[in-house]
Amino acid sequence: MDAKTKRSTGQSGAVGKPLPHDSAHLHVAGQAAYTDDLPEPRDLLHVAVGMSTHAHARVNSIDLDAVRVAPGVIATLLPSDIPGDNNFGAIVADDPILADGIAEYVGHPLFAVAAVSVDAARKAARRAVIDYTPLHAILDPLEAVSAGSFVLPSEEMRRGDAQAGLKNAPHRLARRVRCGGQDQFYLEGQIAMALPEENGGMLVYSSTQHPDEVQSMVAHASGRDAKDVIVICRRMGGAFGGKESQAALIACIAVLMADKTGRSCKLRLDRDDDMIMTGKRHDFVIDYDVGFDDDGRILAIDFMLASRCGISADLSGPVNDRAMFHCDNAYFLPQLALVSHRCKTNTVSNTAFRGFGGPQGMFGIECAIDDIARHLEMDPLAVRRQNFYGAAPRNVTHYGQEVDDNIAPAIMDQLVSDSDYDARRAAIRNWNQQNAVHKRGIAITPVKFGISFTSTMLNQAGALVHIYKDGSVQLNHGGTEMGQGLYIKVAQVVADELGVDIGQVRITAADTSKVPNASATAASSGSDMNGKAAQNAAAKIKQRLTEFACRHFSVSETEILFAKGQVRIGAQSLPFAKLVQLAWADRVSLSATGYYRTPKIHYDRSTFSGRPFFYFAYGAAVAEVLVDTLTGENRILRVDILHDCGDSLNPAVDLGQIEGGFVQGAGWLTSEELCWNEKGGLTTHAPSTYKIPTCSDLAPEFNVRMLKNATNREDTIYRSKATGEPPLMLALSVFFAIRDAISTEANPAPALDAPATPESILRAIDNLADSAGQPQGIDR
Amino acid sequence: MAVNSPSVPAHPVACDTIRFVLDGEIISICNPDPTRTVLQYLRDDLRRTGTKEGCAEGDCGACTVVLLELDRTGNELRVRAINSCIQFLPTLDGKELLTVESLSSDGKRLHPVQQALVDCHGSQCGFCTPGFVMSLFALYKSEACAAGRKPGRREIDDTLAGNLCRCTGYRPIIAAAQQMSDASRTNVAEGWLAQPSCEHRSSMEKVAQLRNLRRDSGLQCAHAGRRFIAPQSIAELSAALAANPGATLLAGGTDVGLWVTKQYRELGPIIYIGAVSGLDRIVRTSTHLEIGSAATLSDAVPVIIREYPVLDELFRRFASPPIRNAATLGGNIANGSPIGDSMPALMVLGTTLLLNSSDGQREISLDDFYQDYMVNALRPGEFVESVQIPLAKPGALFGSYKVSKRFDQDISCVCAAFYLTQGGDGIATARVAFGGLSATIKRAKATEQALLGKAWNEATVAAGMVAMKRDFTPLTDMRASAAYRMRVAQNLLRRFYLETGPDARFNVYEYGRED
Ligand SMILES: Cc1cc2nc3c(=O)[nH]c(=O)nc-3n(C[C@H](O)[C@H](O)[C@H](O)COP(=O)(O)OP(=O)(O)OC[C@H]3O[C@@H](n4cnc5c(N)ncnc54)[C@H](O)[C@@H]3O)c2cc1C
Ligand code: FES
Ligand code: FES
Repeated sequence: MDAKTKRSTGQSGAVGKPLPHDSAHLHVAGQAAYTDDLPEPRDLLHVAVGMSTHAHARVNSIDLDAVRVAPGVIATLLPSDIPGDNNFGAIVADDPILADGIAEYVGHPLFAVAAVSVDAARKAARRAVIDYTPLHAILDPLEAVSAGSFVLPSEEMRRGDAQAGLKNAPHRLARRVRCGGQDQFYLEGQIAMALPEENGGMLVYSSTQHPDEVQSMVAHASGRDAKDVIVICRRMGGAFGGKESQAALIACIAVLMADKTGRSCKLRLDRDDDMIMTGKRHDFVIDYDVGFDDDGRILAIDFMLASRCGISADLSGPVNDRAMFHCDNAYFLPQLALVSHRCKTNTVSNTAFRGFGGPQGMFGIECAIDDIARHLEMDPLAVRRQNFYGAAPRNVTHYGQEVDDNIAPAIMDQLVSDSDYDARRAAIRNWNQQNAVHKRGIAITPVKFGISFTSTMLNQAGALVHIYKDGSVQLNHGGTEMGQGLYIKVAQVVADELGVDIGQVRITAADTSKVPNASATAASSGSDMNGKAAQNAAAKIKQRLTEFACRHFSVSETEILFAKGQVRIGAQSLPFAKLVQLAWADRVSLSATGYYRTPKIHYDRSTFSGRPFFYFAYGAAVAEVLVDTLTGENRILRVDILHDCGDSLNPAVDLGQIEGGFVQGAGWLTSEELCWNEKGGLTTHAPSTYKIPTCSDLAPEFNVRMLKNATNREDTIYRSKATGEPPLMLALSVFFAIRDAISTEANPAPALDAPATPESILRAIDNLADSAGQPQGIDR
Repeated sequence: MAVNSPSVPAHPVACDTIRFVLDGEIISICNPDPTRTVLQYLRDDLRRTGTKEGCAEGDCGACTVVLLELDRTGNELRVRAINSCIQFLPTLDGKELLTVESLSSDGKRLHPVQQALVDCHGSQCGFCTPGFVMSLFALYKSEACAAGRKPGRREIDDTLAGNLCRCTGYRPIIAAAQQMSDASRTNVAEGWLAQPSCEHRSSMEKVAQLRNLRRDSGLQCAHAGRRFIAPQSIAELSAALAANPGATLLAGGTDVGLWVTKQYRELGPIIYIGAVSGLDRIVRTSTHLEIGSAATLSDAVPVIIREYPVLDELFRRFASPPIRNAATLGGNIANGSPIGDSMPALMVLGTTLLLNSSDGQREISLDDFYQDYMVNALRPGEFVESVQIPLAKPGALFGSYKVSKRFDQDISCVCAAFYLTQGGDGIATARVAFGGLSATIKRAKATEQALLGKAWNEATVAAGMVAMKRDFTPLTDMRASAAYRMRVAQNLLRRFYLETGPDARFNVYEYGRED
């Protein structure tokens, strides 16, 4: 990790320091309170949800008699009990809180029950007698495409004449690849606790990335105004996108039950129910048809992306848009035709997950690149280099944004040399000659990830800063803390702005009554936006203090400096607290709101063109793997990462994002497999069957570095870059290293789908015998 | 619930009260709910919320706590991490419970393990962290780490196999594990606790306190009509079983616990075998290893591995340390899951079970024990007393392989075991058994026939692989397809051949793992 040397501003030296997470000492002592740890009101009831056991069925009747008489049961909730909108879909109102009449997936909430204990509620829920008439269920995205079953209209993007480009290209390859979905597997499951307040008020503690959305959904469903609902979240035990839209479902049920019973209600999903009921990363089927020249340079490409959206729109629109935006990864695609299908399937409605469609888009193009290399018998690295964005005219994306900050080639070059890629690749080829059963593979892949919400209006943030008479500071902003270190980063910004020690700043919970209308903490934008908003708030107070000091001490503004807990005023120096006290006595307001909206971005969704992203974050990774060709078992042996964090606000936090993101991405591409049975039921709904990486899966050699002198060209907060999502996609290197390992002369481009489980790998190896699933060469 | 301070002489123990130590105090609970989990007790009854629930099935480690027990000599403490989410409350009787709060009550004075995690940035969302703290604390207290030795990567991986972290990617947690023993151990009394109130309780005092909790007669409590019986002798156990033929036998509870926490089953009377004296004994006779059915895997496995070193990887990959600290070999066998990991190996080694009941003892070969899916040869009132594993024979070839999606803490899609001896006329004994291919763990008779009398070479392996198709018709589920299961089963015979042949090879997982 590189220590920061220079700073544009920053007067207490907090920004750029590898400070521990603000709650680290609480985490390790078990003192950090998550929603289920909060003191419970005496009247609290526990809620459980009854779910559909059919993937698609008419619900003829729900008989809850046995539920109601079960021990400890106080109340039940059905769609007819919902006074407001039976919906928690924020973008499209197509997501019922409780399915009304038609159940559309196994796990669809049908009713809820409140009881005096968690156990009583869950046991009671199982006693419902539900009569269904099964309907035809669409369980596969491709079936949905042929049936025309979509949650949103298909979208197209075009550049040049891809068909002509393909026809005229010296080489052409077409193939279908699949990448699996992924469960967020936040360690803390979904939870909300609703507490009725006087005069129709409702206080909700929710484990959510988006308190504002929970507030509005709860308000709509319960027939309230937003002003009557307060949503608070101090921290989440992980979220990864899974608590962006899904948290509203949980909160709505808790609130509706609280209204029905007049008592406080808590809904905490059991792990299995959580995995069955709530959305995940979209799995994709990707067809590509690519034309290229003898050097491996792409001349034209035709993509078909079909994603499993599940039953409703949820966030599938922007997720699939982002997949479209990232089907170039770091490469210039001169001619392109792309169609994106948002398939409606009778499975849980898929949602946000770190990367938000980006990983799937990149997966497609990287598969094409890998195939080109294997077809031309080139090192895939050479093909990647051929295709990087470069000088004009090769510097404009397929959606019209100029790539004006391109450091992908430079990062690749440095990583190639740092990781000794060329020599190791040669050594591996050699090793594979000597070893019949075990095979090694290596791959290097780049990441270029666009930062901003693609929906321009979401790129705004608010903050609230109070300074108390003793000089201590309370900080609030619209961002939520899910472990990513947002709160410490923003506190560092505020401490530096005011020139006080970070210990002077108390971080407070996200709270819709403090900062209204906040966007979700998502799209990696948390510290970019909330950092700027909080800085703005602190700067306002600082300006007032400065003006006061000028008046009071008869100095000019240039003679005032806030640093290290002191304020230098001309020749004298005053403790910050002292100045604050004097200012208060002089009736200066010591509280301010801050606001930020991301500049420069504009984007026309009807034409898919403009500048949706403020900037790009870059990185690259080399992975080396070993595969047992008898079983498909595999192991990552070494990883080298070079990642771009701009001027990092907190290198320790950013390093954590890179490492954690990479490992999570490696899980997505290897061991994490979602399976459904023929009736549409998810069969991998607990950690016993759904396997995220464990400690031993971390490569024994794991070298992670941040790019030095990587100042963001754009005016972001202290010129840092977002690090939440981009590192996840570095793990594509693992997938292509596995493909490299099992590629042989007889079959250079094995038909490997993600996740590359041992079974998927063995299938790809065995396919070598028959040539099914091979890329079809259309050479002339 | 009554709480007695240690200085006050304990009340005469009523047979319906359990007693255990928490933060130096003896806690007595009258008639605890037999299937209330330790986690529910901590979080809901004590509102001691540092310990988290991530899955309620023993798979994520968020609920990890540490138990202190007297060892068999009664003079030493055993320090073991367990999963509180599937441990039933009455099984705490006579033990000391440590939770994350025990190490630091206020988040200010931290235990070296906790401090190392802070210093290494080992927490992000922090939800998994208390569990990691407790698993690492057990490692810190282990012999392997005594005297400030730095644990190696493999040791850390193995220790943390049952703790999932979704945020960090583990690198900083591994760093913390290596750093924790750097801290001076002397300033925190024996490294037990950082809490001032507990600092001065030495191991000796802890031993004395636990000795005081020993009971004269078996625990028998009832809660809302549901009973928990913990006999203290084998005779009492068979009598209790005879009197309650429908009772659920409870050993480590790592299968039974999930019936309650995941299937929401109401269990009838529970007979707990963990307090039966002598049932946990492990002896090496002149012909056998005798593993008492109440011996935990953590105790039994080292003995088995000393006899059969090739089983090291299989047992390292069997669940996780907190599970193995509770689970028994007897429970694995008696539960009889078709994907149980110990049975293929035990079967090909010629293991027999000693069964017992009020009608007396009998022996049965493991080969004959399984009758159908989750149906075994135990008669009503009968229990497994011990598992008898023949000692290793020189010259025999033996191997057992587990294949799963993930290296650690995963359930096998296929588990294979091979045992061969060779005579002048080729293969003289061939025993092959598989889990994951049929409704029970089963010998592969056709495969064995194909090998018998042949030379141990490629051609024989190929014949064995073909014959295997006659032995099994596997099923497809979320762990693997039928085709993959069969293919892998066949290939494992080849792997066995390669490993016993002249150019022996490491398992894929060995690469890069050397410490
Ligand atoms: C997270 C997790 C991971 C796991 N991983 C693995 C794995 O990798 N491989 C594997 O094989 N298993 C695994 N298991 C299953 C389980 O841990 C083992 O089967 C274990 O050996 C069971 O032992 P126990 O003492 O906990 O049994 P219990 O749960 O106490 O009992 C299991 C069954 O055996 C019966 N029983 C117990 N003792 C006796 C006896 N003496 N006589 C007669 N009947 C008896 C019980 O009545 C019950 O029916 C895992 C379980 C969990 C929760
Ligand atoms: S809660 Fe997951 S192991 Fe106990
Ligand atoms: S820190 Fe979030 S799960 Fe480990």
